[in-house]
Amino acid sequence: MSTLRKKLVMVGNGMAGVRAIEHLLKLAPEAYEITIFGAEPHPNYNRIMLSSVLAGGASMNDIIINDLEWYHSNGIRLYTGHTVTSIDTRQKKVYTDKGIESSYDELILATGSNPFMLPLPGAEKEGVIAFRDIKDTQIMQETAKTHRKALVIGGGLLGLEAARGLLHLGMEVSVVHIHEYIMERQLDEAASVMLRKELEEQGMKFLLKKQSEAILGKKRVKGLLFADGEIAEADLIVMAVGIKPNVELARKSGIEVNRGIIVNDYMETNTPGVYSVGECAEHRGIAYGLVAPLYEQGAVLAKRLAGVQTEGYAGSITSTKLKVSGVDVFSAGQFTEQPGSRALRYQDEIEGVYKKLVIKDDKLVGAVLFGDTGDGAQLFSMIKNHENIKGMEKELLLGVSSDALASPKGNRLETMADDEIICGCNGVSKGAIAEAIQSGGCTSVGAIKACTKASASCGGCKPLVEGLLQLYAGDNAVTVKEGICGCTTLGRDEIVAEIKRMELKTVKEVMNVLDWSNDEGCSKCRPSLNYYLGMLWPEEYIDEKESRFTNERYHANIQKDGTYSVVPRIYGGVTTPADLIKIAEVAAKFDVPMVKFTGGQRLDLLGVKKEDLPKMWEELDMPSGHAYGKTLRTVKTCVGSTFCRFGTQDAIGMGIRLEKAFERLNTPAKVKLAVSGCPRNCAEATIKDFGVVAIDGGWELHIGGNGGVHVRATDLLCVVKTDDEVLEWASAFLQYYRENAGWNERTAQWVERVGLDSIKQALDDREERLALKERIEATLRLTSDPWKQIVNEPELRKNFEPISQPETV
Amino acid sequence: MTKMLVGNVNEIDIKGSRKLLVGNTEIALFRLTTGEVLAIENKCPHKGGALSEGMVCGSRVHCPLHDWRVDLHSGNVLTPDTGHVKTYEVEIDPESGSIYLTI
Repeated sequence: MSTLRKKLVMVGNGMAGVRAIEHLLKLAPEAYEITIFGAEPHPNYNRIMLSSVLAGGASMNDIIINDLEWYHSNGIRLYTGHTVTSIDTRQKKVYTDKGIESSYDELILATGSNPFMLPLPGAEKEGVIAFRDIKDTQIMQETAKTHRKALVIGGGLLGLEAARGLLHLGMEVSVVHIHEYIMERQLDEAASVMLRKELEEQGMKFLLKKQSEAILGKKRVKGLLFADGEIAEADLIVMAVGIKPNVELARKSGIEVNRGIIVNDYMETNTPGVYSVGECAEHRGIAYGLVAPLYEQGAVLAKRLAGVQTEGYAGSITSTKLKVSGVDVFSAGQFTEQPGSRALRYQDEIEGVYKKLVIKDDKLVGAVLFGDTGDGAQLFSMIKNHENIKGMEKELLLGVSSDALASPKGNRLETMADDEIICGCNGVSKGAIAEAIQSGGCTSVGAIKACTKASASCGGCKPLVEGLLQLYAGDNAVTVKEGICGCTTLGRDEIVAEIKRMELKTVKEVMNVLDWSNDEGCSKCRPSLNYYLGMLWPEEYIDEKESRFTNERYHANIQKDGTYSVVPRIYGGVTTPADLIKIAEVAAKFDVPMVKFTGGQRLDLLGVKKEDLPKMWEELDMPSGHAYGKTLRTVKTCVGSTFCRFGTQDAIGMGIRLEKAFERLNTPAKVKLAVSGCPRNCAEATIKDFGVVAIDGGWELHIGGNGGVHVRATDLLCVVKTDDEVLEWASAFLQYYRENAGWNERTAQWVERVGLDSIKQALDDREERLALKERIEATLRLTSDPWKQIVNEPELRKNFEPISQPETV
Repeated sequence: MTKMLVGNVNEIDIKGSRKLLVGNTEIALFRLTTGEVLAIENKCPHKGGALSEGMVCGSRVHCPLHDWRVDLHSGNVLTPDTGHVKTYEVEIDPESGSIYLTI
């Protein structure tokens, strides 16, 4: 015998309400017969993703959270396009504009909010809109096709996202803001100014401290008049000044409202059987407009309706992330300083990184991050948990290493409440992730991502997801065998061994024989197979240029705007007046927008159009600097004994000799060398892949240094006496690296992986060294100048030019 | 809708691409191993990278800037990224190898 189900009616079909229903269905799937009324004609969609739709990163279909099939399979009766017009709270019935009446036992008001429109004269004109729903997004997209100038009123989160989207659509965009700095409710002034600069670089304009007074134009908007008498032209005005909880229905029905519908800690209104959740609800004086708090409210309401014991909702500490491409901004909690709190700041104007932590009573109460928001999820979690951070302040400010976090993280994750949101982008709670691991069988971050969408967007919460995986899966975590890429489960060593054993000679053959899952591989495995085959069969293998990355295919460095840069080779960093004149003349002739010195003491001609490359090379008539490839880049030198008072050896001569010996060599990753003429080490040879430092009567040879992402100082390989010995050891080391490292593995990583001793041992035997040297020389003998080749062969040269002028037929 | 003669299949390397400008729109033409020639707008939805410069794997192209993958048939960006690139109709004259593009 089944008992009659209670009737649950929800007014509103938005994110917060449906989230509560989803939760309820998990807790008590049989308890209610559910009816939902939605005024919009769509199924439930993710409103916070509208900015991604506008910016072109997502399509409308991508942002639908629950499709109609979901409602159907959960037995939910859904009325879209119906507006509930009244509630009879005594009879417990709701009525819609289309004549439907529906009785309820429990009623949820999840009516959301409306955009707040400034009551300016002219606000009703064509071309004045909000940024709130799909229709607004569509209007913006349409308008951008025929009009140029857009004004966004409101320099808050929503306004900036709208402005960025309009910029993406090709409009000229100015943001009008009443305050003197943007996003003042989420950022402090320093971060706000950095943000503004970044957005200005992207092309956004700002009109700050501007009070809007009237919208100008006859039928369609023409401009905006400010209180100071100035006028800004506009074909489109987007108002993004805030939201207004949608309380009309509740007010009319006698339910207590203030700014929002007033609810207690269990989301109950003052009317029995009526609840409210989401942007329309006001809890302890706050109506939230961000997704995470609404999900927390939904979780409490679901438990209440399911009859599950729960602590009440106690309000949320909120965090904000700006969803704008190329800008990373994060803020959380109480980020302005108040009496009794202190702030720690880190600011790096060069890298564009800013970090501020606000601490009160040894607890983190707020944070602002700009430029690098990787720590946001960690910090936010600490703020919410009121963790004592005494003694950790510096570590937190200067970046939290994952090692350092390993132990305290475990504890923190264990004590965290199940409904706490881990992934703010997709609203995934700790409980959902735990369930995916425990009953969903997820054993890797990838599987959790596929199953729950946690860490699928910005990825900021990935460390927390990893922590949860450790916590719940323990030893079962990440046992998935990972190959060199997603196309194979084989690792580098297995692949190289098979190529040797079966004498495989082409990329295609390797993929066929070794059972690749993608017919033509991907951008990871193709270049690596091309490298391994070339390294193993230097005489026979024909290089596959289509399996090389763009830079190596076009022998110049692709820049973000699609132009290229050209770096003529300048051996050892030494040039002549004649060569300089030639470089200058070519740069001027081709209107090169920038000439700069590279980090390796070479001249970089930046901003060259692809079509111009072959002609420039022809006119330069200098070999390629290979400033782009997985190959020998440069040999940096100091002045050495040629001019320097302290120089003990000829660093320049040695540098030139090394650069000439190894130029055009293909290597697993880029290789940089340096030669210093005395132990003062002015060429900084101890952060290079192979560093040579002169000492009195000899040379020190260093390996495995890197000045890049992970700075690593070299290890001393050995000390030699003569110049020829330097060449011998350098040859042997580079060939040993070529033969043993994985593709894309820098010497620094490789030395750490295999250990210095194993390399020393391999190179120690002179005979072995000479054999390695012989092999590298055999490879080097087969190289040729790729620039000359392209200049001389029309078949290669055609790829630099657009295909013939189209003719209409 | 305009139909245009834009070149010959021989002018595009296999697994290679050529670009052309029609009005203000840059279009990339790709020639696959299967012999098919496909055309898409030469602009990655992520940061506008020139897709013609990317690596062609099967019927996908990897954007040279940040390795987003675009399906050349549908123009859809492949997961985990999302988005869409405009595609154009291409016809090849089987006799002459002439490439016709409809915009």
